[in-house]
Amino acid sequence: MTKDWPTPDRRTILSALAVTSLAIVLAPLRAFASPAQVETEIKKLFADKPMAEGKIMLDLPPLAENGLVVPLNFEVESPMTDGDYVKSLTFFSEGNPNPVIASYHFTPLMPKAAGQLRIRLAGTQNVVAVAEMSDGKLYQARKEVKVTIGGCGG
Amino acid sequence: MAQTHTPRIRMPATAKAGEVVEVKTLISHEMETGNRKDKDGNTVPRKIINKFIVRFDGTELMSVDWFPAISANPFQAFFVRVPKTGTFTFEWLDDDGAVYKAEQTVTVS
Repeated sequence: MTKDWPTPDRRTILSALAVTSLAIVLAPLRAFASPAQVETEIKKLFADKPMAEGKIMLDLPPLAENGLVVPLNFEVESPMTDGDYVKSLTFFSEGNPNPVIASYHFTPLMPKAAGQLRIRLAGTQNVVAVAEMSDGKLYQARKEVKVTIGGCGG
Repeated sequence: MAQTHTPRIRMPATAKAGEVVEVKTLISHEMETGNRKDKDGNTVPRKIINKFIVRFDGTELMSVDWFPAISANPFQAFFVRVPKTGTFTFEWLDDDGAVYKAEQTVTVS
């Protein structure tokens, strides 16, 4: 600090404050998906159909050291026959720039609606899974993952 | 970005009729999210594999839509039933229109 710094006057302080507060208000609008956005996305895909708990086994580490590679294991309980199978399974992220992670479309030819993949999580957040059965019933599961280092370029 | 996208499939080459086997797939791909900026502040354009399709003798068994939240070098494991001797084909569709393919013939003994 030198004596060359001018003492900020009232106008400078006020305009600086205005700019900062505007930035604070605008920042969350552009950056990341939120639980509300996931809600909107689910509504868009499945309308307002009721959602039940259960049927979905969603396995994620409770604590992920590296958000760039988080293993996700899943299995949906279903006999997987022509008359009763899992039509789709979609994973949503409540804290990534994009609210959808992946969307599976199964056919009754699959022996089970199960698998494993690796995903990116931009920070500590909930992962939501929604399964749509062939009879139109919806099931939901949710799991929180704490992330120490974020993915998605964050 | 001159990168070769090599698909890798791990599944048994023989099975009993009707047996359920696990398939593990991996493909080398940067899965550029489109959210990153380079050192000049320009957005790096999105380039990901947006769809993965599994077929048996031409019939679709499963397809998956992928989004930027899929890790680089996408890994996907799943289960299939082997009804008879036949060929499983795997396809990865890139944002830029490229299609990467792999196949594995399974013999029922």
